[in-house]
Amino acid sequence: MTTLAPPVARVRKSASSSGGRSGSVTWMALPALLMFIAFGVVPLVGVLALSFTTWDGIGTIKPSGLTSWKATLSDPGLPHALWVTFLIMALSWAVQTPLSILIGVFLAARKRYRGFLAVLYFIPLLLSSAAISITYKALLDPNFGLGAGLGIPLLTQDWLGRGNLALGVVIFVVSWQFIPFHSLIYQGAVRQIPTSMYEAAQIDGAGRFRSFISITLPQLKYTIITSSTLMVVGSLTFFDLIYVLTAGGPGDATRVLALDMYITGFQASLMGPASAIAVILVLVGLALALVLRRIGGGSNSQSQLEGA
Amino acid sequence: MKRSPISRRNFLTLAGGTTAAAALAACGSSGPGTSEGGGSASGAATYWSLSGPPGEEIRKAAVERFNKANPDSKITPTFFQNDAYKQKIKTSIGAAQGPTMIWGWGGGGLKSYVDANQVEDLTDWFSQNAAVKDKIFPSSFGAATVNGKIYAMPIETVQPIVLFYNKKVFEKVGVQPPKTWNDIMALVPQFNSKGIAPFSLGGQSRWTNMMWLEFLLDRQAGSAVFDNVFAGKAGAWSDPAVLDMLTKVQTLVKENGFIKGFSSITADSNADQALLYTGKAAMMLHGSWSYGIQASEGGDFVKSGGLGYMNFPTIEGGKGDPSNTVGNPGQYLSISSKATPEAKETAKKFFSTTLVDDAEVEGWIKSGGVPIIKGSDAKLGASPDAEFLKFVYDTSANAKVFAQSWDQALSPTAAETLLENIAKLFQLQITPQQWVDSMNGVIGK
Repeated sequence: MTTLAPPVARVRKSASSSGGRSGSVTWMALPALLMFIAFGVVPLVGVLALSFTTWDGIGTIKPSGLTSWKATLSDPGLPHALWVTFLIMALSWAVQTPLSILIGVFLAARKRYRGFLAVLYFIPLLLSSAAISITYKALLDPNFGLGAGLGIPLLTQDWLGRGNLALGVVIFVVSWQFIPFHSLIYQGAVRQIPTSMYEAAQIDGAGRFRSFISITLPQLKYTIITSSTLMVVGSLTFFDLIYVLTAGGPGDATRVLALDMYITGFQASLMGPASAIAVILVLVGLALALVLRRIGGGSNSQSQLEGA
Repeated sequence: MKRSPISRRNFLTLAGGTTAAAALAACGSSGPGTSEGGGSASGAATYWSLSGPPGEEIRKAAVERFNKANPDSKITPTFFQNDAYKQKIKTSIGAAQGPTMIWGWGGGGLKSYVDANQVEDLTDWFSQNAAVKDKIFPSSFGAATVNGKIYAMPIETVQPIVLFYNKKVFEKVGVQPPKTWNDIMALVPQFNSKGIAPFSLGGQSRWTNMMWLEFLLDRQAGSAVFDNVFAGKAGAWSDPAVLDMLTKVQTLVKENGFIKGFSSITADSNADQALLYTGKAAMMLHGSWSYGIQASEGGDFVKSGGLGYMNFPTIEGGKGDPSNTVGNPGQYLSISSKATPEAKETAKKFFSTTLVDDAEVEGWIKSGGVPIIKGSDAKLGASPDAEFLKFVYDTSANAKVFAQSWDQALSPTAAETLLENIAKLFQLQITPQQWVDSMNGVIGK
């Protein structure tokens, strides 16, 4: 399901480029379109078809109507997985957005040592999710981890062994990994705000805090929406990180929809219900992307620099 | 049975093709590469199995011996991490990209291959090659048999589950190893008051928790209850002994019988075993393979006689035979029905020669395992771990019932529900009654 985000972005691109242009450049979209059809649409249709069958992954695929859908929708695990997914989505958004904006604004100032810091901040993004998870798992081990090693009782919690704590750890690790990326987006956006606006504000007697609230934040509106879309839709695909860190546990405390799909399909050999979950995942992702686009007013092409 | 929680999604590089596989094999690398499905012409066969010590070395050595003796029909082995392998092999077989020889755990997993006509029926071959069959423990064939026919050759070692304990910790606290369930419950507060966890447990791996249920149910009510589940009888989990067993487990959890944070410890990082040999925990229920790991990683813990072991204690008033054990009665090698006739011949030759030869037996003994070859106990004496190996041999040979691990015996679907509910049970997230209800729901599936 990692193919979720790109299609959304691509739809947006083609929509904005086709408007007002002549047909002669349409063919330029062809390679991307072909890739999208081959690796996005075709598998999606395949999954949709599979969700109306019974298949254990090895034997023959038997059509079975709505059996898989009934099993999936009546499974109490589904609402739970949806709830956990949305909880992680909302909380990781709430943690990442303010921190990313602040770091982005901080890094946008053109000073030499900040360029150096920007490189440091960027390191987590260079690591693979699996490596990050394994490292955190080792650090948080209650018996051999950081807390036990340094003898700090506060750190020797059963971090990944209690439902709420484990959820918190997942959100922390996700934020740690992705804040650098979103900071980069904000850094770029802040640098595009004309300095004349700040100069005007200064003349009017606005302090730093006031200019941040009244100029920087409003000017970042569309960047916030872009970054939020990436965060929200991206959070649907947190799989590798959670799978390695907690394997969905303790119990099913961190079993998000993507993980639920994987476990149902590849561990329990129920490809039909797993495909049904996959379809639900796609629908949720599309709905969220649409909602966020609505919030953005659907008018991204219009100038953000009014009054400049 | 031993599984890694670590995701290795991109094991099989898409690029490469056969040249990469050949190159990898040529450097003797253990890294997995691509390999052509089902083996190609002139009797070349492929063999997929598990990576990691001690098994990988021994498997590699076996293939090398065979290839040296049969230069015309080479076997190309590929090794995978435990958990990655379980999913990889299933998807590959489903996509007709599987190897000639399929390594597995028998039981429910093997049955799903049989149902899909993916593995060769070896019944006739074994009756023609009775000499090979006679070399192997008869009890190992149970998990290789589906609907009365043999679909896999039992190989490698018998691995009963053993109760390990740290003798040094017992001496320090001044207590005796438990003989009964009441002894265990009495030991729990004694260890806890000294700041030592009574039991180590790698709970995130889930099958580690399952071993407790297997033994408690067997000691309480014998093997009949799970036999009914296995046979698919409706409501088989509703036996009162099951509720009793589940309540006992939850009591042990509530009284802090298991180490703090057990549900975030995985068995494959060997952290649970480290807790035992470092003296942070007093006892641990684990597969017999753990002995080799503790011997190699625990410094002089095993050599200096720090490690104690026994079969699981009895339960007061329990009906189960105290000699019964559970675990892996063997590992299993099947032949893909989609392989070429030449590749199948190569595989059968590998079965009847290399896999039952003396070098194979010696290799496994040296690694601290008991081979499934009859009479291998005569060779155990020479090993530095003779005492433990003799114990494992006797436990396996004297067991009235050597039950296969539940998650391997059941179908993958039922096994996943089982493991999921066991994890919730240990988390005190569900009651014993809820456990019974959800497990009854997947009987026979």
